[in-house]
Amino acid sequence: MQVAITVNGVVHERDVDPRTLLVHFLREELDLTGTKIGCDTSQCGACTVHLNGKVLKSCTLLAVQADGAEVATIEGLAENGEHHPMQTAFWENHGLQCGYCTPGMIMASAAFVRDNPGASEGEIRHYLEGNICRCTGYHNIVKAVKQVADAAAT
Amino acid sequence: MTTRIFGSGIKRREDPRLITGEARYTDDIKLPGVLHMAVVRSPYAHANIVSIDSSAAEAMDGVVAVYTGDDIEGLAGLPTAWLIPDSDLKTPEHPALAKGKARYVGDGVAIVLAGDRYQAQDAADAVVVEYEELPAVIDPEEAAQEGAPLIHDDVEGNIAFRWAPFDKEASDAVFDAADVVVSERILQQRLLPTAMEPRSAMAQYNPATAELTLWCTSQNPHIHRFIISAVTGLNENKVRVIAPEVGGGFGSKIPCYPDEALVSWAAMQLGVPVKWTETRSENYLITIHGRDHVQHVDMAASNDGKILGVRATVYAGMGGYLSTAAPGIPTILHGLLYVGPYTIDSVYCESIGVMTNGTPTDAYRGAGRPEATFLLERMIDNVANKIGMDPAEVRRKNLIPAFEDGYEVAAGLNYDSGDYPTAFEKALGMAGYGDFRQQQKSAAAQGRYLGIGVTAYTEMCGLGPSQVAGAVGFQGGLWESATVRVTPTGKVQALIGASPHGQGSETTLAQIIAEELGFPVDDIEVIHGDTTETPMGWGTYGSRTTPVTGAALAKASQKLKEKAKALAAHLMEASEDDIEYADGSFSVKGSPDQTQSIQDVALMAHLAWNMPEGMDPGFEESQFYDPPNFVFPFGTHIAIVEVDAETGEIELQRYIAVDDCGPQINPEIVAGQIHGGVVQGIAQALCEGVIYDENGQLLTGTMMDYCMPKADMFPNFELGETVTPSPHHPVGVKGVGETGTIASTPTVYNAVLDALAPLGVEQIDMPLSSAKVWQAIQDARS
Repeated sequence: MQVAITVNGVVHERDVDPRTLLVHFLREELDLTGTKIGCDTSQCGACTVHLNGKVLKSCTLLAVQADGAEVATIEGLAENGEHHPMQTAFWENHGLQCGYCTPGMIMASAAFVRDNPGASEGEIRHYLEGNICRCTGYHNIVKAVKQVADAAAT
Repeated sequence: MTTRIFGSGIKRREDPRLITGEARYTDDIKLPGVLHMAVVRSPYAHANIVSIDSSAAEAMDGVVAVYTGDDIEGLAGLPTAWLIPDSDLKTPEHPALAKGKARYVGDGVAIVLAGDRYQAQDAADAVVVEYEELPAVIDPEEAAQEGAPLIHDDVEGNIAFRWAPFDKEASDAVFDAADVVVSERILQQRLLPTAMEPRSAMAQYNPATAELTLWCTSQNPHIHRFIISAVTGLNENKVRVIAPEVGGGFGSKIPCYPDEALVSWAAMQLGVPVKWTETRSENYLITIHGRDHVQHVDMAASNDGKILGVRATVYAGMGGYLSTAAPGIPTILHGLLYVGPYTIDSVYCESIGVMTNGTPTDAYRGAGRPEATFLLERMIDNVANKIGMDPAEVRRKNLIPAFEDGYEVAAGLNYDSGDYPTAFEKALGMAGYGDFRQQQKSAAAQGRYLGIGVTAYTEMCGLGPSQVAGAVGFQGGLWESATVRVTPTGKVQALIGASPHGQGSETTLAQIIAEELGFPVDDIEVIHGDTTETPMGWGTYGSRTTPVTGAALAKASQKLKEKAKALAAHLMEASEDDIEYADGSFSVKGSPDQTQSIQDVALMAHLAWNMPEGMDPGFEESQFYDPPNFVFPFGTHIAIVEVDAETGEIELQRYIAVDDCGPQINPEIVAGQIHGGVVQGIAQALCEGVIYDENGQLLTGTMMDYCMPKADMFPNFELGETVTPSPHHPVGVKGVGETGTIASTPTVYNAVLDALAPLGVEQIDMPLSSAKVWQAIQDARS
């Protein structure tokens, strides 16, 4: 099937197998391998992207369902060569170790803080239930997100 | 004087590529013409393979080839590489694809090679395999009983080994004479390592040069090269293994699995690149599991709280095959730890490695040491309860006093250094232990159940002297090597044989070099993960990269520094005795204007226009480093919990960790290792656990069913440290990768059981799910 999907501001027209998952479309067709696959049951959140501005696990959607949509991935998050504040906060707070969950964590957290400036630590921990990290024990991820949330509230 | 780089919590240089999605993990790498491999896996835990019909699969779109176990020629079985002496060890054959019989759910039966991963999986589903199901056994103690289904014909009674190196009579005498003996059957449940990056492997073979390149998710590419060379028959110098970015391992990426061997073999057969990436469902079936002990433990003590002895019989589940390092985990890395930080004079361990129809087990974060620490700490609480003494007081009475340079313990190890009482009292102080006991009483009066758990621990890591490795049957060395190479313009490339995969070693090792050699840390690159580019090394596991590779780099840097000093003296026409060094610059005593920076010296060493007599040109040093002993980090962890007696729900309110890993190179990275380790250990206590049904089917096959820990289960952690250098390490550092996992499981378990004590609950098998806690409360009430 023909699809036209805008990814990080660029329209990509492709003929795809209808069963192709959006995450495979991004990784295999567009070579945007920043979006990761950590499970096959929509629990880990490593594949989190934004679809029309909303947080989405890209393993839960077929590429054809994203036809006409705007997708943002980790590769498109920095603007004008400047890291997004959430990327900076993860770096400054040692919010990552192996880095595999990190793109999904950052995409999920960036959208959360955009919609919930000033979020409390408890709200952040609750929200991050959809993203699993095996390395950090979440401590510094929560710290990073809180830093951005606090800054967004002022 | 500028800020000292050693000890500074600088940001990691790994992060820019990781936070932008630019890092390349194995599955991110693409080769033109690559075929995807899918594996047909046994749906039965134990079954004879009667027939395989691949004709339908072969006819499908995109399918290039299908191979069964009988088709695989010229590929040897996977070796077991830890051959425990004096244990009557059996090493059953482990073919890359099962022949005749499948021994666990997920055992590979056939492979399909096709143009893309969807086609390969479709075709794998179309391979028709006829099985004759056999009775299966999962519990290691049951599998060791007479009449249990026999898994390998050449492993009688399913007993792969029996290791009991201590004096049983002496141990029995201690127990016979003791005032108090407490006993418990402890279940160390199976765990799923769950590195976030699933395993992946891609092989490319060049028939003209007979060279094989294998990209794979490995913690030890040089060991992978060693084994892939052995199983394929290719010369080791024709095999290049590349571990690109690796997304966590926790031990699960140490072993060489059938899948890595199969992509290599298939690439050689077909002359095109072959890639395989597991799904998470596949990962849970086939990538090694951890723990799986049934332990029968006794502890002897005097009425006044002196611990006299510990003994255990351990049934350790090995799964369907003996994985690469599996026999070493419940033996050497377990029984030798039965003393912990205490003055226990008598230990006994009989460890029985048992084949079962579960997934093979092997090293998972801590590997044997968490299982030892848990039993010790659990039994100390049991002793405390039995004699009516506070558990912290029992520990205090038995801690080994501070020592700086060696302390031999009954289990045979020589601890390098420790100051357990200081860390212990610091943690108790941070927790407000005395006040807490008061709060606990007041809460109890209101019908609330608070509990506290205290763990004092030490562990052996920084594996380890090679001579010891040889003596205990490890089929490799345990040294590391490193090259510090300085370019003419004064930029440093450090090449290491170890292979970090999330630990931040590119940063911390650069800090060691900066400290020792004087180059700015930002001018130092640490290069790893490619057997052709890097010198030999045995890999990143056992919290050994900082202690062992770090020592190699420190010594190589020190050698270069000596050369630089001699060259600087020559260039400034001064005696070497008059040369002073500060902040990357050499000067002559008394004439501070005359200086040579380390960069100047590096350039002059490359140009070699004016060298002292006998000095070789160039500015590069290599160092092999074999540690003289393990390192023994230690500390005390404390958890405070509240249990809701009506629902069984546990709230972890506070977690305090005081750890001593010697001087901290980068405190932020140390803290990160502790946070992550602590969560993994707590999750074993509270939620994680593999469940098989009676037929050996994995019921916890997803992250949800397995119960991966999530952010909202934890408070912010409260960390403290003490600093006791290792006397034998060039810069005094110890490992810290596993301490959190080792200490935290018993800490939280004991806290929960402490909370439940007034309700009469004395034991619950881990994990402490609210359902099990609630049931235990009901049982105790009735």
